[in-house]
Amino acid sequence: MTIIIDRTRDRSTRTGAVSVAEKQREKTRPTGLYKARVPIYPKLVNGRWRWIKWALLIVMLAIYYITPWIRWDRPGALPDQAVLVDFDGGRFYFFMIQLWPQEVYFITGLLVLAALSLFLVTALFGRLWCGYACPQTVWTDLYIHVERMFEGDRNARMRLDAVPMSFNKLWRKAGKHAVWIGVAFGTGGAWIFYFHDAPDLIRTFWVGTAPMTAYVSCAILTFTTYVFAGHMREQVCTYMCPWPRIQGAMLDEQSFQVTYRYDRGEPRGPHKKAESWEGRGDCIDCNQCVVVCPMGIDIRDGAQLECINCGLCIDACNEVMEKVGRPRGLIAYDTDAAVATRNCGRKPQHRLIRPRTLYYGIALAVVSGLMIWGFATRKTIDVHALRDRNPASVRLHDGAVRNGYTLKIANHGFEPATVEVRYAGVPGAILRSPGRPASNPLRLGVDPNRVTSVRVFVTAPAAATEGVDDSRPATFEIRSGDEVETVRTAFEFGEAR
Amino acid sequence: MSEPERDEHSGIETTGHEWDGIRELDNPLPRWWLWIFYGCILVAVVYWVLMPAWPGLNGYTPGVLKQSDRADVAEQLSALRVQRGRGEAMLATATLQQIEADPALQAHALSVGQSVFGDNCATCHGAGGGGTRGYPNLRDDVWLWGGTLEEIEHTLRVGVRSAHPKTRTSQMPAFGRDNMLTAGQVSDLTEYVVRLSGRPADPAAVGRAQQLYADNCAACHTPTGVGDRLVGAPNLTDREWLYGSDRDSIRGQIQNGRNGVMPTWEGRFSPGVIKALAVYVHVNAGGGEASGAAPAAP
Repeated sequence: MTIIIDRTRDRSTRTGAVSVAEKQREKTRPTGLYKARVPIYPKLVNGRWRWIKWALLIVMLAIYYITPWIRWDRPGALPDQAVLVDFDGGRFYFFMIQLWPQEVYFITGLLVLAALSLFLVTALFGRLWCGYACPQTVWTDLYIHVERMFEGDRNARMRLDAVPMSFNKLWRKAGKHAVWIGVAFGTGGAWIFYFHDAPDLIRTFWVGTAPMTAYVSCAILTFTTYVFAGHMREQVCTYMCPWPRIQGAMLDEQSFQVTYRYDRGEPRGPHKKAESWEGRGDCIDCNQCVVVCPMGIDIRDGAQLECINCGLCIDACNEVMEKVGRPRGLIAYDTDAAVATRNCGRKPQHRLIRPRTLYYGIALAVVSGLMIWGFATRKTIDVHALRDRNPASVRLHDGAVRNGYTLKIANHGFEPATVEVRYAGVPGAILRSPGRPASNPLRLGVDPNRVTSVRVFVTAPAAATEGVDDSRPATFEIRSGDEVETVRTAFEFGEAR
Repeated sequence: MSEPERDEHSGIETTGHEWDGIRELDNPLPRWWLWIFYGCILVAVVYWVLMPAWPGLNGYTPGVLKQSDRADVAEQLSALRVQRGRGEAMLATATLQQIEADPALQAHALSVGQSVFGDNCATCHGAGGGGTRGYPNLRDDVWLWGGTLEEIEHTLRVGVRSAHPKTRTSQMPAFGRDNMLTAGQVSDLTEYVVRLSGRPADPAAVGRAQQLYADNCAACHTPTGVGDRLVGAPNLTDREWLYGSDRDSIRGQIQNGRNGVMPTWEGRFSPGVIKALAVYVHVNAGGGEASGAAPAAP
């Protein structure tokens, strides 16, 4: 089922206000290579979705600002910060998890999970991420709040922008920008704590001895926050962000989205108190859904690229519907299919389980399973055996053959460990590591939290080499406590003589 | 020029490009994009002023910051020298055994040794130290001059038949070329040497060469042929042959008496680097005891 909302209707036949986006389209239609931003003055609205947005805004900002200050005890000289991207040490710490650069596939897996969750949530409930959780939305909301504190609500702001410069206008504007820059600096400042020890950095940052990258990162994020949240706002979503364009592939007519129920609303028109509601829609064309929209669109035009599904128009419309004594929910989270079915006079059904959501769900479960399996089977000691290739084998004076290996033993743990190395595949083979006492099995000490590289030589006695002139599969077995790691390699016998 | 085409649905001009019926609209660019473009131009101008930018007839404009990659590299190199100095000091003060037994020092010596070996030794001994005909294999357990850490370090310092006053030296005479032995005697001795290494040889020739060996060869190679590390005389009873194991190669060596040269590295490397190199060679030879002169049944 496809719903086409005809946006090409002649505007002159429509009454009432038009959305900013529509005005923008009108304005630039004839000519012009470049399009200036048409300012949007979102009006403050109260209601369920607005409160959810406030609550999520506080939660998101709290997570962002508090996380780097959480302490997590780690042994020795290791950082005690719970979440830390340690570029100097080449480690990523996340509470009890510690990742090495070669384990970046866990990060990749996390990103895949994030993308799949986004797909699934979007297919089910529309652009919840855009409306509530995206940093662009959260910070823009915060900036509009600051703007409102200094300049008042929509009408006051529009009036202020229209009048010539005065002291009143100057201090309001200056104050707003000052607070904006302060918030931007706070944002950029908090970011750098994820990359260095926070209590240490906050001190060195102010005395000027912090790394140059901290200052540069802080400056860049201060700038982008101020520009993106203060000045560019909805343009970031419509021009810069790829997600609004990708979402078209995730959404279908069964996805919940902020929807104008045209089956109930049309035909729209102004309504006087005494008039009857017979033969007309519930939409009184009061334009409240348009004036509260932070994206400057008219939700009654249907699902559109610009709409971030924040639900503020729902709150605005509900307020009006209560005032005029009609039921709430003229604009609501609903599906296109449901609205169309209702339009035909039938009872709509919501289908959450669809092939699309099943695919996303299964993919999500598979990747989550892989991640859990990956973490569960992760070893403390990880070993690689590099066999010498030049020379591949060495024949000793008595006819014995020796192969050299470099064992790279990565100890992911925080404590020093002793590993026992055994070699299988060549009968009677003797294992030696120069500079370390000979023993069977070979015992090697490995440092914590780093890779220890050890030269190991395996000698096959002359008796084992008679008539053998090729390579044979062999294995190193490395035992550390209860953990056993088996590494496959080969023994090269070289030319028979 | 033809009349610009307009999209019916939106009323916006198209660019005239079409792919399978999908036409590209010529929407205006946002104004901020233009600002970014101007901003880039401004950054370029600032860059010209601050950084080296314009070529001239005599050099280039150095820029206000006087940034120079050459100076940066020189600075990094001197910082590297300081860092290497610390490692060198550790190598210089520790004994060879201490270096090899300490995992951190050994790892440092191996990395220093690998790079020095690659630059200086690999030409003759091969990148992996496996040697080739005429150039000893440094990875096995056969050592002409001894394979302990001290002996390897000593060989590195003084060389073999080098310009060093205390050089290790020995000489294999050219018995045939210098007419010390006749061609027949050289052939008989060849058979004797083949027999020494445990391979079948002509018994008549071996019998004829018995006295020849005792007179000419036993002084260095010892009567049983196991060689003598003190004078660098190779063991003739094992399977390792510097100049080849077949009869022609052995005959050629008795005839012409080739003597290889290993240069002295004292003075060219600091003592610390020589130690690192000795540890590198010793570790890669398995770190075991040398057995070049070990007795073996002929």
